[in-house]
Amino acid sequence: MAVASPTIAVSVAPRRRNAVVEFTRRQPLGAVSLVVILIMMFAGIFSELVSPYDPLNIDFAAILQPPSWEHWMGTDAFGRDIFSRIIHGSRTALVIGFSASFLGSSLGAILGIASAYFGGRIDNWIQRFVDVLLAFPIIVLALVVVAALPRTTVAGVDVNLILAISIPIVPRVCRVVRAAALSVRVMPYIDAARAAGYSSTRIIFRHMAPNVVAPYLIMFTAFIAQAILLEASLSFLGLGVTEPTAAWGLMLSGNAADFYREAPWMILFPGIAISLAVFAFNLFGDSLRDYLDPRFKV
Amino acid sequence: MLRYTLNRILLMIPTLIGVAVLTFFMLRVVPGDIVEVKLRGDGGNISQEVVDAERARLGLDRPLLIQFKDYMIGLATLDLGVSMWTERPVIEEISLRLQLSLEVAILATIIAILLAVPLGTIAALMRDTWVDYLVRIITIGGLSIPSFWFGMLIMLALLTFFNWLPPIVFTPIYVDPVANLTQLIWPAMAVGYRYCAVTARMIRSSLLEIMAEDYIRTARAKGVYEKLVVSRHALKNAMLPAITVIGLEFAFLIGGLVVTEQVFNLNGIGQLFVQSVARNDFMLIQGMVMMIAVFYVFVNLAVDLLYAVFDPRIRYGN
Repeated sequence: MAVASPTIAVSVAPRRRNAVVEFTRRQPLGAVSLVVILIMMFAGIFSELVSPYDPLNIDFAAILQPPSWEHWMGTDAFGRDIFSRIIHGSRTALVIGFSASFLGSSLGAILGIASAYFGGRIDNWIQRFVDVLLAFPIIVLALVVVAALPRTTVAGVDVNLILAISIPIVPRVCRVVRAAALSVRVMPYIDAARAAGYSSTRIIFRHMAPNVVAPYLIMFTAFIAQAILLEASLSFLGLGVTEPTAAWGLMLSGNAADFYREAPWMILFPGIAISLAVFAFNLFGDSLRDYLDPRFKV
Repeated sequence: MLRYTLNRILLMIPTLIGVAVLTFFMLRVVPGDIVEVKLRGDGGNISQEVVDAERARLGLDRPLLIQFKDYMIGLATLDLGVSMWTERPVIEEISLRLQLSLEVAILATIIAILLAVPLGTIAALMRDTWVDYLVRIITIGGLSIPSFWFGMLIMLALLTFFNWLPPIVFTPIYVDPVANLTQLIWPAMAVGYRYCAVTARMIRSSLLEIMAEDYIRTARAKGVYEKLVVSRHALKNAMLPAITVIGLEFAFLIGGLVVTEQVFNLNGIGQLFVQSVARNDFMLIQGMVMMIAVFYVFVNLAVDLLYAVFDPRIRYGN
């Protein structure tokens, strides 16, 4: 009997496709955005290898050069190569976008699950706190945190900037994950786990968290887009990433606006980079939602 | 209804107190204040005594809890205090700039609604055709293109095609409507794009849901023209969720203004906020955050009350 089983098992088991292939077939737009994201990640990781110039290299012999074969996207007022700065800027955007969204979404998810699991008073307190945070527009809350915390750079990244961007994400994720966790909370296996005497921490992390992964992932992706946008806005205002680091928002700020007429490429390319990155993550988040859970709405 | 409204207003108080407490302590727990920026900002070498004296003059040397008590008493009597930088009342600083920002916000809302209703409707009616995809790309673009960059593009286009830039000096609309609009319509477009995108997406999805309802089938079965089915039966109901989005986004427009005013060099609320953050002007930051929060909770209430007006089935307070 045991001898016959392999062939039978193959024909009976449902045909399993590769998840990536399946995603591409059902969400073509999502697949395209994934390609854009992968290109960005490649540029961000191998910035030094792919960029033609040093992004910090000031060359006064070549200021405000229009796009040419030497400088694909032209040069800025210091003669720095814009294409190289955009490539290096994708590293800044991705590092800050990923870490801020991860921090904010994870904290929000833990708070949301705890809120749903404990219910009663704790739920009430957490939700009032969330209400308070939601009364701030995203950028206003981030700016208040920027005003409160000094710049603290660790390995070239401003950790307080990441914190400032992640905090507005927390209440928004908390709301959505709490709603999802409430429906998990009433499942018999949660009662079973409690009856078995497991600790609350264990139930939250081992039993409830895995069941709210879909909304978590969707929110995480969507908020990478928001975080990149927020970082660009803060840098544009001069309150985010500082010179001479290459960052897209920073490239648009300061003297870029003085050169509308002489050097429109200084404004065009960094803006396209921001928009494309945010667009890709938004679209990918959208497609991921349709793919993972069509009923779910953010 | 009246009881419900009063109840809701009472419930706002803890939220607003929470906002006040949170901003106050968040700004003050970490060292670094306006005196540092004011006196040592340019890298000048100023003795500790001068710094301490200035701190004492502004009341920043007092114990945190005493400062907090004074601030809360001030709030209870609707006194937002004095800006630490210009030393004029916070209320005065804000009201000076409110007119401009409010006008941009209202213009942006008008632009957004005028574009979002047709876009959302046509996308829902032509679901899964190229029109729907096009609208989807336009709306996701609205969520992705930073409003400040869109503003810069508008400026660039005006300069390139018309060799003209909007005026920088603010003229109130009751003095000269044309001069006023030629200045403010552009920033309104810049922030309105995102606003329009969010609203159009909401209209599309709620319209899709409603078109599957029984009463739509009934209307069609009794021979109502498709145009009327959409405009009278479906769109009216689809507007409800749209109103929520319009209201909430309106309350949050200040966020878009923070960056866009910078691009157009408008002296509005957004620019004031950025300045006060750069200067660590705690009193002004607190005052503006409070104003935004009050605005937000009231818009929220207004949206809920509007629901009852638009949908007779919703009645609060029983």
